[in-house]
Amino acid sequence: MKTLRKIFNRVNPNMGVIVIALIAAAIVSLLLGVGLGPVAVAPGTVARIMLGELPLIGNAVEHHWTQLDQNIVLGLRLPRVCLGLVVGASLAVTGVTMQALVRNHLADPFILGVSSGAAATATLGMLFGVFAFLGEYSLSISAFIGSAVTIVFVYMISRVRGRINITQLLLSGVALSMIMDGFTRVITLSAPNALGLHNATFWMSGSLAGAKWGYLTLPLVVLLGCMAVLMINYRGLNLLLLGEESAGALGVNVRRLQKVLVLVASLMAGTTIAVSGSIGFVGLMAPHFTRLLVGGDHRKVLPISALLGGIFVVWVDVAARMILAPEELPVGILTAIIGGPLFIFLLKRRGKDR
Amino acid sequence: MNTRLTIDGLSFSYGEADAVSDVALDVKKGEFVGLIGPNGSGKSTILKNLYRALVPDKGAIALDGENLLTMPHKKSALKLGAVGQENDVPFDFLVEEVVAMGRSPHKKLFDFDTDEDRRIVRHALEHLGMEDMAKRHYLNLSGGEKQRVIIARVVAQETDFLLLDEPTNHLDISYQLQIFDFVKRLGVTVLSAMHDLNMAALYCDRIYVLKNGEAVLRGVPEEVLTPENILSVFGVRCDVSVHPATGKIAITYLPEAMGGVKHKTTP
Repeated sequence: MKTLRKIFNRVNPNMGVIVIALIAAAIVSLLLGVGLGPVAVAPGTVARIMLGELPLIGNAVEHHWTQLDQNIVLGLRLPRVCLGLVVGASLAVTGVTMQALVRNHLADPFILGVSSGAAATATLGMLFGVFAFLGEYSLSISAFIGSAVTIVFVYMISRVRGRINITQLLLSGVALSMIMDGFTRVITLSAPNALGLHNATFWMSGSLAGAKWGYLTLPLVVLLGCMAVLMINYRGLNLLLLGEESAGALGVNVRRLQKVLVLVASLMAGTTIAVSGSIGFVGLMAPHFTRLLVGGDHRKVLPISALLGGIFVVWVDVAARMILAPEELPVGILTAIIGGPLFIFLLKRRGKDR
Repeated sequence: MNTRLTIDGLSFSYGEADAVSDVALDVKKGEFVGLIGPNGSGKSTILKNLYRALVPDKGAIALDGENLLTMPHKKSALKLGAVGQENDVPFDFLVEEVVAMGRSPHKKLFDFDTDEDRRIVRHALEHLGMEDMAKRHYLNLSGGEKQRVIIARVVAQETDFLLLDEPTNHLDISYQLQIFDFVKRLGVTVLSAMHDLNMAALYCDRIYVLKNGEAVLRGVPEEVLTPENILSVFGVRCDVSVHPATGKIAITYLPEAMGGVKHKTTP
């Protein structure tokens, strides 16, 4: 207990130990998460199947698992769990970015209306086949188009005399969300078939069920790229929390940084939503827990919230496929049901401290 | 004389009317220059245009002979340190973390904080008598304590030119004197908005008086702070005398409510 206190204390956290512990937790979550589901596969078998796929040592692994297990692990669960890690990490990091941008820790990744925009075009594609010409990945691409269009509008509206006005940014985000939600309703109400409607509702609630290896590349590349940009600018992010004026006085080109942050956050939110629908609360909670753990310094907050977000989504997704097995629950519904009360509890407890 | 800062024809507007119009101002090396004027006269706006929170609509600003408006932000932050009125941080930081942010302009892209930075931060906190508060949460401090942390931050920034926007706003009189004494002792060049005329008289080498966004008067405190000027700019009657102990001007206000003191204004 005493050593735990020493590692996880807010004033002087031992970053090395925390990061290594979280990476270990992520790997364990990966092995367990792949194994758990309506058809269970033992973690040992999971590890061996995965090792068997590695190029050099693969042949040395004894091959005594069933083809079914291998298909489940490599074809279904592993891409799903990996996607969960990437999506969770992206949502958490997007949350951190939005919160720094608007200087409020109640901002979430979808605050600028990206999820509503994505939902509008995705339902249009799912119900009317408008984007069928885009082939196998038409759902993700159509969702991304919707979020991109929304963010471009929000950005244009919020520019006042060449710089982003944060109040206008928030308000135009709300306005565009409403417009896009309106479109989505029109589309779903005029839906030609009930099954399509069910699928669309399921997707909008946020789910990793359709994960394919092909879904993983773009979100992962975007996550790594954006993470690098944010880590390079971690001092700028910290200074932005002091306020735009103080940040300017301390050598930050505030206009430029805000534009970079809007770009980074929309890119991550857009690609994430394209593969998983809108999974709420992760982008709000992961950064919040992280700050309780290590404080507000973005050098620490960015990597740790990414790890926490990834691990959280993997486990909620496990629950999503276990609770009503063999039926699936959308993971977004669960994150809201679990995350909401947890968040309220934290808010209340924090209120008492002061 | 060695001029550090020259402002010429500076205008800025937040919307329709100019908050600052056509202001010219200069600060020489080692000077302590005060900006005084009623609320809304443009003191803060001028300073914000200088520490790059705002971009002027018109006018030229030269710092050490270079155009401030095209200078990289980092470079100007190495020359100019600023204490604004914005000192709420809605996120959880420790006091020492807030002060350490003053080191930011000194840092290159991949630099981490070094022992030297930590020494400078500790030193800055000691100067403000806050070394015991280094590990406290900034969110939980009182207004005055926050103000001192922000001043420690500008000390850690290690610039030789300070822009101060009513830096002693939330402070007890003892801290007000302590802060201004401290700034004087640093021997740096200062441009400060001040709301307390007596403080301005005590510490300023020169004063600019602003009214409705225009610089209406300038000069040494003795020239500027006369009963006539104070009446016309602030609309307040007062008595001005040279205090025997400080040798500086002391201003005594004569409120309307105490009508009986009016006749004493002319000795």
